[in-house]
Amino acid sequence: MDFELLFSEFPSLTFDGIALGAIYALISLGYTLVYGVLRLINFAHSEVFMIGTFAALLASSDIMGINIEDEPISGAKLILTIIVCLVVAMLTSGIVAVLVELVAYRRLRNRGASKLATLISAIGVSITLVEAFRIMTDSLPREFPRFFEKSFIADIFGAQIRNDKLLVIFAAGVMMFVLDQFISKTRIGKGIRAVSQDEQTSVLMGININKVVTVTFLMGGLMAGAAAFFYVLVYENTSFRVGFFLGISAFTAAVLGGIGNIRGALVGGFALGLLEVYGSVLLGTAWKHVIAFTILVLVLLLKPTGLLGESIQQARV
Amino acid sequence: MRLEIKNLSVYYGKIEALKGISLVVNQGEIVTLIGANGAGKTTTLKTISGLRPVTSGEIVFDGVNINQIPAYERADLGISQAPEGRGIFPGMTVLENLEMGKYNRKTRKAEMSEDLARVYELFPRLKERATQAGGTLSGGEQQMLAIGRALMARPKVLLLDEPSMGLAPMMIQNIFNIITEINNQGVTILLVEQNAQQALSRAHRAYVLEIGKITKEAKAKDLLNDPHVKSAYLGTGAHEIF
Ligand SMILES: Nc1ncnc2c1ncn2[C@@H]1O[C@H](COP(=O)(O)OP(=O)(O)O)[C@@H](O)[C@H]1O
Ligand SMILES: [Mg+2]
Repeated sequence: MDFELLFSEFPSLTFDGIALGAIYALISLGYTLVYGVLRLINFAHSEVFMIGTFAALLASSDIMGINIEDEPISGAKLILTIIVCLVVAMLTSGIVAVLVELVAYRRLRNRGASKLATLISAIGVSITLVEAFRIMTDSLPREFPRFFEKSFIADIFGAQIRNDKLLVIFAAGVMMFVLDQFISKTRIGKGIRAVSQDEQTSVLMGININKVVTVTFLMGGLMAGAAAFFYVLVYENTSFRVGFFLGISAFTAAVLGGIGNIRGALVGGFALGLLEVYGSVLLGTAWKHVIAFTILVLVLLLKPTGLLGESIQQARV
Repeated sequence: MRLEIKNLSVYYGKIEALKGISLVVNQGEIVTLIGANGAGKTTTLKTISGLRPVTSGEIVFDGVNINQIPAYERADLGISQAPEGRGIFPGMTVLENLEMGKYNRKTRKAEMSEDLARVYELFPRLKERATQAGGTLSGGEQQMLAIGRALMARPKVLLLDEPSMGLAPMMIQNIFNIITEINNQGVTILLVEQNAQQALSRAHRAYVLEIGKITKEAKAKDLLNDPHVKSAYLGTGAHEIF
């Protein structure tokens, strides 16, 4: 247990934890939104994220023509590249999420199938997508090109601020703000909240549940796609299995914050990012994933309502 | 406006909750459907609103069979419901709950302030509580909110499912007075109740529902003096029989 390192590097670790937490928070929004309207854990959400990383990769190479060996780019081209990769990743993940719902969940739901059947369908979709990408990528990881030179651009309260992570925190913050406004202010956003709170009454109000569900999956997918681009921007690689651990961590974040609760997902995401970074320093990075699993189990045992939300045991899976 | 139900049967799995009931609600009336717990009252209203599928029979609204019209389009047709248990969105403010009542109306923007004013006039308490979360209201206030929200859709017929349930006697009086007032303003009402005394003294006509069948149909005033109804639904005997 290296407490000395933890204390000496605490500010920088906190900054890193916030950057990681921002990515978790964006992914966990998808779990929490879908859980809210359908009381379903969308196990395929991790693959929605995974596909987003490959979409970002494809956008950088095939649309922007950037290769791994290329020199870093700058100026207008850099900004354009970032925007194109972000938008392509978001749209791809958003569309994949909507398609998963249409193909794997909707017909089960409309036929009144049990929640358990839908859950199994979700796991099936997840495995199918992972295996498809395993075959397409020959089971190999892929590198993501470095768009710009990564450097420490500031020192705030002793924290070393790296430019790419700062960008991720800022952009993720903007997305979260926009989503929050969308959910709380727009008509369809209010529809999502209404269905989450009382589905039958929502129908009496004139809400088309299927439409709300589609928009919910779209929103969750867009956020996961953004997280996917931020992930490859910072970590510069991906693989068919990237969704697994990220998915577990983001799901843990959603449960930690209180599943079904949007602000809970944000709180849980940042809390988990910080805990993982601090924990990795204390126990060694090899323990990183153990930390998320342990927290998940502890939350379920000790405080199943999470910090802000509903008990997952009410989920009737 | 005319709502007519013909030979309606509704199942939950193999259980036949409604066994071919027929009833009519005419423009301007308060019609009440009384019956004991489990008789099928809520099922009737849910089916009219489209939440339960029809197994056989017809729901005819303004001369059109609406069996196949999806539930979410029925509010805009003019069928509004304040459901059993009130169905308040607990995490939304009172104002947001009221706005939800107009969710599916194309004309909602133009009508909003006028209809809010009308609901606030009926229920001044809701105006005081406008920014408070629905889940923090008392039972009586929630019932007012449920009725007010249903009115926001400018219903041709208002379906009320046991509005007096769980309320204190003073509040029950208050709610029934408002129901009468809403009807005087021209809204047709189908009122489901276990509180038969109140329902029968407010309604024009009444149906008695017993285990999925309509066993009596009469003027409400007449049922108040009906020996069977008296012993089953009005007196202290109610507890012994049901
Ligand atoms: N969701 C349901 N699943 C199965 N049976 C139900 C369900 N809802 C109601 N029932 C049954 O249908 C019958 C009528 O219920 P309901 O319409 O709620 O009666 P009421 O509103 O008059 O008390 C009862 O026997 C009840 O047990
Ligand atoms: Mg009932």
